[in-house]
Amino acid sequence: MYHSTQAPHMMQDVFARHLGIPEANVRVVCKDVGGSFGIKVHVYADEMATAAISVMLRRPVKFVADRLESFLTDIHAREHDVTVRLACTKAGDIVGFDLDDLTAIGPYSVYPRTSGIEGNQVVNLTGGPYRHKHYRAKMHVVFTNKNVTCQYRAVGHPIAMALTEAIVDRAAAEIGMDPAEFRRRNLIPDDAYPYTAFPSGLKFERLSHHQCLDKLLALMDYRRLRAEQAALRKQGVHRGIGLAAMIEVTNPSPAFYGVGGARISAQDGATLRLEPTGMLTVMCGVTEQGQGTDGIFAQIAASAVGLTLDKVRVITGDTGVTPYGGGTWASRGAGIGGEAVLQAGRALRSNILDVAAAILSADKAALDIVGNEVVSRLTLESKLPLAELGRVAYFRPDTLPPKFQSELTVTRHYTPREYPFTFTNGIQASLVEVDPDTGFVKLLKHWCVEDCGTVINPMLVDEQIRGGIVQGIGAALFEECLYGPDGQLLNGNMADYLVPMCGEMPDIVVAHVETPTKQSALGAKGVGEAGTAGAPGAVMNAINDALAPLGARVTAQPATPDRVLKALGKV
Amino acid sequence: MKPPSFAYARPGSLAEAFDLLERHGEDAKVLAGGQSLIATLNMRLSSPALLVDITAVPGLAGIAVAKDKARIGALTTHRAIERSAELGAALPLLAQAARHIGHVAIRNLGTFGGSLAMADPAAEWPACCVALDAELVVARRAGERRVRAREFFKGLYETDLAPGELVTAVEIPLPGRGHRASFIELARRVGDYAIVGVAALARPKGETLEDVRLAYLGVGPTPALAPHAMAAAEGKPAAGAAAAAQAALDRDLKPAADLHTSAAAKMHLARVLTGRALRALAP
Ligand SMILES: Cc1cc2nc3c(=O)[nH]c(=O)nc-3n(C[C@H](O)[C@H](O)[C@H](O)COP(=O)(O)OP(=O)(O)OC[C@H]3O[C@@H](n4cnc5c(N)ncnc54)[C@H](O)[C@@H]3O)c2cc1C
Repeated sequence: MYHSTQAPHMMQDVFARHLGIPEANVRVVCKDVGGSFGIKVHVYADEMATAAISVMLRRPVKFVADRLESFLTDIHAREHDVTVRLACTKAGDIVGFDLDDLTAIGPYSVYPRTSGIEGNQVVNLTGGPYRHKHYRAKMHVVFTNKNVTCQYRAVGHPIAMALTEAIVDRAAAEIGMDPAEFRRRNLIPDDAYPYTAFPSGLKFERLSHHQCLDKLLALMDYRRLRAEQAALRKQGVHRGIGLAAMIEVTNPSPAFYGVGGARISAQDGATLRLEPTGMLTVMCGVTEQGQGTDGIFAQIAASAVGLTLDKVRVITGDTGVTPYGGGTWASRGAGIGGEAVLQAGRALRSNILDVAAAILSADKAALDIVGNEVVSRLTLESKLPLAELGRVAYFRPDTLPPKFQSELTVTRHYTPREYPFTFTNGIQASLVEVDPDTGFVKLLKHWCVEDCGTVINPMLVDEQIRGGIVQGIGAALFEECLYGPDGQLLNGNMADYLVPMCGEMPDIVVAHVETPTKQSALGAKGVGEAGTAGAPGAVMNAINDALAPLGARVTAQPATPDRVLKALGKV
Repeated sequence: MKPPSFAYARPGSLAEAFDLLERHGEDAKVLAGGQSLIATLNMRLSSPALLVDITAVPGLAGIAVAKDKARIGALTTHRAIERSAELGAALPLLAQAARHIGHVAIRNLGTFGGSLAMADPAAEWPACCVALDAELVVARRAGERRVRAREFFKGLYETDLAPGELVTAVEIPLPGRGHRASFIELARRVGDYAIVGVAALARPKGETLEDVRLAYLGVGPTPALAPHAMAAAEGKPAAGAAAAAQAALDRDLKPAADLHTSAAAKMHLARVLTGRALRALAP
């Protein structure tokens, strides 16, 4: 099955069981499948039908959805109508959150991850960055005759964070405190970890809310921006500054799916094989959707073993080749797949040095691998190129000591065990200008300080965040599936469904705080969804900050000119 | 999406083009820049058996500015108009409007005549031609006829063109020295069709505006001239003209909602743009 999916092993299991084929006879191959964002992690009727027809006809069948078909059947997301309340003391300490979420999921729950997860995340994560003692959340799920909804990048986070940050801003305004100051007062302190005091049961290993807040305020020059905002207001220019702190679920344990009975692997594995030529082949269960997983696996493997990057080849997305694994979702690729690669790399390095010690009749502890060569650990003097080591190990093992067996393929697996989720944190800010005559919102600048633990590849991490922020801005200002009263999708094309484009995007400044997770040697947390999680809240808060002196407030996303004008009472 | 299959012809003269159009009747469609037609084919909204590509017909592209009028060939691209220094001086409205048409790649291919023949009510050129009181040169086998832009647009994507007819050029009377132009539109994203737009012209005389012209896009099935608003603004200083035109605009425009914007918001935005455009015309 050549399949555009994020979860090849899950699909192998699904195809095998539903079509009555032994699992070993089903091979799912997914190459570089391109942007997926959660859309390709579900089971779709078209794909099952294609596979079934192929089985019935005993011949290859190909199905490609066109744009309209994709719009009509790929999962939609984020249909929620939520009421949120916050209690705080007059001094400005948050006491509790109260939440009532009505969410529509379409005509049925999508298999096998279920459509309830998004609402579940909303009720779990709202209030997450802030200390509080009391928490009540209700969720009502209703069926509709629209398309199905399910997990889409940052599942539930954009809603939970936008709700939290909107009500936090309101609380700050009610008691007359600056919104940054209110956050400083209420964000979980950086020395309170491990933090398990939440009434909702969330557990945090170690977060860095205050470091991130300080860094953000310095980066954006918050005081100067506030002064400029006040000066411009006098000239009739309505700028708004919005802040949004966030937490993000990454590196999930079986708590997500396995414990609920879904046959979706929480573990991932990596196999590393030193080839006779001294090249390294890396095979991993995590897949590549363009987010750069293959690139960081190559980096991790190269540095773990002691090779240069050009000697590493990565293979992902093939159930016939890679270790069993979950694939790509919930920001798990680097943190889980990467740790498996690291552990396999360390083991392989040790095995290579065993072979080197045997060939060189040297003490293993005196050897190391640097730049594709076995070297003296002390002097870095070259002892044996890996290509020569490979040649001897595979083709002339007769020259090695009797009974010596070389082991140049290593597999390691990893699944997080200590915490159900490895939370990350961060904070974003948005600067906008609202034209009160037209209801148009102009994005002037966006900032994000994020803590994803160990940053393996700074460029990939920064662009994951930027791309995520753009996707979040899409939700805040542009994207919406419009339906007629008869349940027909009205804007199933890229002219009428407005995705954010470069013409409207502001400069996005990204910075980091690094708090590695202690659960793994790599220390990497996820980063793929952070931008999307925080951006809508920051933009909505900025819009409402701009509208505040005009006595207006928008609460629906996207904040279209039409909605802003209605809020202003102009139409 | 992919278009249904079609045949393709590229005539080298107008006579050949007329032959093909006559022979194939309703089954044939004229292809110019393809920036609207190919999209409609890909969306399967249209399935002509034959595309008659007129881009090899000589003499249909080019800009000529004379003393009292400008002539723009039907195959002149949006981009060529945007970058023409001659037009920029004689008819600044056009360069102001061109920037809003799609993206550069689209403007490099899309044509003036194609946009007018397409008659999208949210397009820039039809409203500009209505404001400028341009005249379309329409050719058919039997010869040429001329039709005023103000009479050319009949309904949603409907024009005065009869089967077998081609737009070959547009002639625009120059509004004269000292006139000023303002084209403003609101679109959600750079390059999108406008929610609402206005093409405005006037000749300032002292403090007041004369020969005021206002034409709107995105407010109904065709580009809309606003005679009441124009009359209300005539002879007034810019600020007064703006208020008067805004007050009169209800009598000229009855916009319908689009997917994203309610009718009331469109009307409100048309009033806002009217004010901004007239104030921009002040000397
Ligand atoms: C992404 C995108 C964004 C766009 N945004 C805008 C925008 O903001 N504003 C805007 O105005 N346009 C926009 N367009 C459309 C673009 O301007 C087209 O170029 C224009 O509408 C049609 O011109 P064309 O030469 O491409 O014509 P074609 O697509 O080739 O033809 C369009 C129609 O006109 C007929 N036709 C063409 N030439 C003649 C002629 N000489 N005589 C008689 N009939 C003829 C054809 O048969 C066809 O029915 C956009 C297009 C795209 C793809």
